[in-house]
Amino acid sequence: MSSLQGYVDRRVLLILQDGRAIVGIMAGYDQKSNVVLSDSKERVYSPDEGVEEIPLGLYLVKGDMVVLIGEIDDALDAAVDLSTVRAEPIPPIRY
Amino acid sequence: MLIFSVFKTLTDQQVTVELKNDLSITGVLKSVDQFLNIRLDNIKVSDETRHPHMMAVKNCFIRGSVVRYVQLSAENVDTQLLEDATRREAMNQVKR
Repeated sequence: MSSLQGYVDRRVLLILQDGRAIVGIMAGYDQKSNVVLSDSKERVYSPDEGVEEIPLGLYLVKGDMVVLIGEIDDALDAAVDLSTVRAEPIPPIRY
Repeated sequence: MLIFSVFKTLTDQQVTVELKNDLSITGVLKSVDQFLNIRLDNIKVSDETRHPHMMAVKNCFIRGSVVRYVQLSAENVDTQLLEDATRREAMNQVKR
């Protein structure tokens, strides 16, 4: 069973079907990969500006919307100065 | 169910998963479940300059429904066995 066990209470990056990227602490999940994130922030990427972080607080994301959940290595993440990162946003899912 | 078993035999192998948002992620397959959700370790996104979003991510969970392709190395799959097994499964489904 490849579950989300092991991500609880960790800082995770959530990528959604519409291309949004949200970082937060995984508070809980269920069978359908519905996910609750606490202290979450959306990271908005743009090609001509640094990354903007928008605080969202406690978020429940429906499993249908989830593309990927990645565990963030805090040391690596702290080493990156987000204001210098220029990138296209992640494309949305196309079926 | 058959493909689920195939993936289970591929754990701890290096695979490349292409998602429906055109992201390609290479990593070591850690586990799979019945929805073909995939856990990858030691991941690397191809074209990292274009996709720096996952720089700080080392292992991830990918939802089965967003996977477009999984690239496997040919030597890890017994194609003849797989061919026979898929045909047998297809036959059984017709009978039912």
